[in-house]
Amino acid sequence: MTEPVGFFTDTTVCIGCKACEVACKQWNELGATAGGQNELSGMSYDNTRRLDGEHWRHVKFIEQFSPDRSEARWLMMSDVCKHCVQAGCLEVCPVGAIVRTEFDTVVIQSDACIGCRACLPACPFGVIDINPVTHTAQKCTLCYDRLQAGLVPACAQACPTASIQFGPIADLKKRAAARVEQLHAQGEKRAYIYGDESILGGLNAFYLLVDKPEVYGLPSAPALPTKRLWLSSLFTAAGATLMGLFGLISLRTRRENKP
Amino acid sequence: MSDTFFSAPAHWHWLVVLYFFLGGIAGGSYALAALVTLFGRGAHRTLERVGYHVAFFALLPCPALLIADLDRPERFWHLFWMSQRGGPMFKWWSPISIGSWALLAFGVFATLSLLAVRGEHHPTGWLQVFALLRRGLAGKIIAVFGGFLALFTAGYTGVLLSVTNRPIWADTPLLGLLFALSAAATSSAVLLILLRRGETASRAWLERMERASAALELGALALLVVWLGPVSRVWFGVWGLALLGFALGGIVVPLVIARRAAVLASALLVAGGLVLRAVIVLSSEAIPKTGV
Repeated sequence: MTEPVGFFTDTTVCIGCKACEVACKQWNELGATAGGQNELSGMSYDNTRRLDGEHWRHVKFIEQFSPDRSEARWLMMSDVCKHCVQAGCLEVCPVGAIVRTEFDTVVIQSDACIGCRACLPACPFGVIDINPVTHTAQKCTLCYDRLQAGLVPACAQACPTASIQFGPIADLKKRAAARVEQLHAQGEKRAYIYGDESILGGLNAFYLLVDKPEVYGLPSAPALPTKRLWLSSLFTAAGATLMGLFGLISLRTRRENKP
Repeated sequence: MSDTFFSAPAHWHWLVVLYFFLGGIAGGSYALAALVTLFGRGAHRTLERVGYHVAFFALLPCPALLIADLDRPERFWHLFWMSQRGGPMFKWWSPISIGSWALLAFGVFATLSLLAVRGEHHPTGWLQVFALLRRGLAGKIIAVFGGFLALFTAGYTGVLLSVTNRPIWADTPLLGLLFALSAAATSSAVLLILLRRGETASRAWLERMERASAALELGALALLVVWLGPVSRVWFGVWGLALLGFALGGIVVPLVIARRAAVLASALLVAGGLVLRAVIVLSSEAIPKTGV
């Protein structure tokens, strides 16, 4: 295995240009939604709205206005698959279509996927959806094909402000820590890193945020779906055993009551 | 807010609901029949025969429902055989993987048991060879393994929902328990309807099973709402009304009228089982991924 790589996304320098979205769509040959028809969200300047099977990068606009709209705050964040070290999608896939690559990234193999959609609700970030062309589950591959050719992922290459930075995880972590320190020194005390080892063993696509994760539409304590397997199974087995025993006892009682 | 609200829906709808419902009836009926095969001392022949029939015919459409629900149905065999490397595909920690194998194995036992009771009932012709499967050790082994797989099929569907990150499903470990109890209630209700002129002893036993499982189901539902706490707020509205309708019309009313109108009570219990699964699956599906 080569060195683990990933993305460090510094949301404080994102300008919401969506060059990453376009570069992602072009490189990965993802079609236009609704045949290219212009569909407006009607509630935001952002019309992509979410990550799904044909949007593997999505620049979120967090638009906060005071009731009289005299004050406004805009946060922008280029969202993507987090390539979790402990990946829920990979664990629940019943056909082994989701794999961990030599770059420590998580990739869905489209030709193995059967479209059972188990990975969609398993992802704590709601990143995966069905692609309407291939009818398989799809998401960011961290440009696996480009990595194999020694290239930088399309989104990181297109980003004009270095909000999306690509590199070896160890290297990115150093850069992120330095950036947090710099922001703290400049008075932006809220800056922190989302996605260290405390979250799912570490997110290989991690973020610098300046507000609570929920404000960015991110869970504060995401969990592996499989951690719920044992307790849930235990309750189920207890229910089945209870009914079995009741059935057995009521069969025997009846016999004893017989003359 | 629970972290489950940041996840995306699975697009599991009516095909899945119907499978959960039929799988519960198939598993429950087989388990009930297997229980009297093992411990009934031959006093419930009709119940066994009808139970194995219901199990087989309720299970029959299930694989088709599941395959039809796939976005790439022609690849369903990837569940059993690794499409790229070759070799058997099995992940015990993936509910869909272990469930697929369990369904396949349960299908084999449901078929064997059906052939066996048919062979026994029609002692002439080629089917009679299968009657051997009902005798001695063979009969016991089939009932034990088939019965275990039946219980697994009836209950794992709830575990499958919990092994996600979705609202309601992942917020409680009680869904498998609830589905297992509902499987017991709906299958004993189906058997009671079919055996309404059957042996008194079998009917009395099924009635006890039906009432006990329905009462426990009501308790489990109450516990579920308490367990969910603030998450159960998503049920305010149509889903809550449907759930209340299930609790009253699908459990309380059948329990009250069971003595006076047994068939109606059983029919309501069966319909309730479908409503329960529809509410649990579809109410979570209706919650979109939380935007920003």
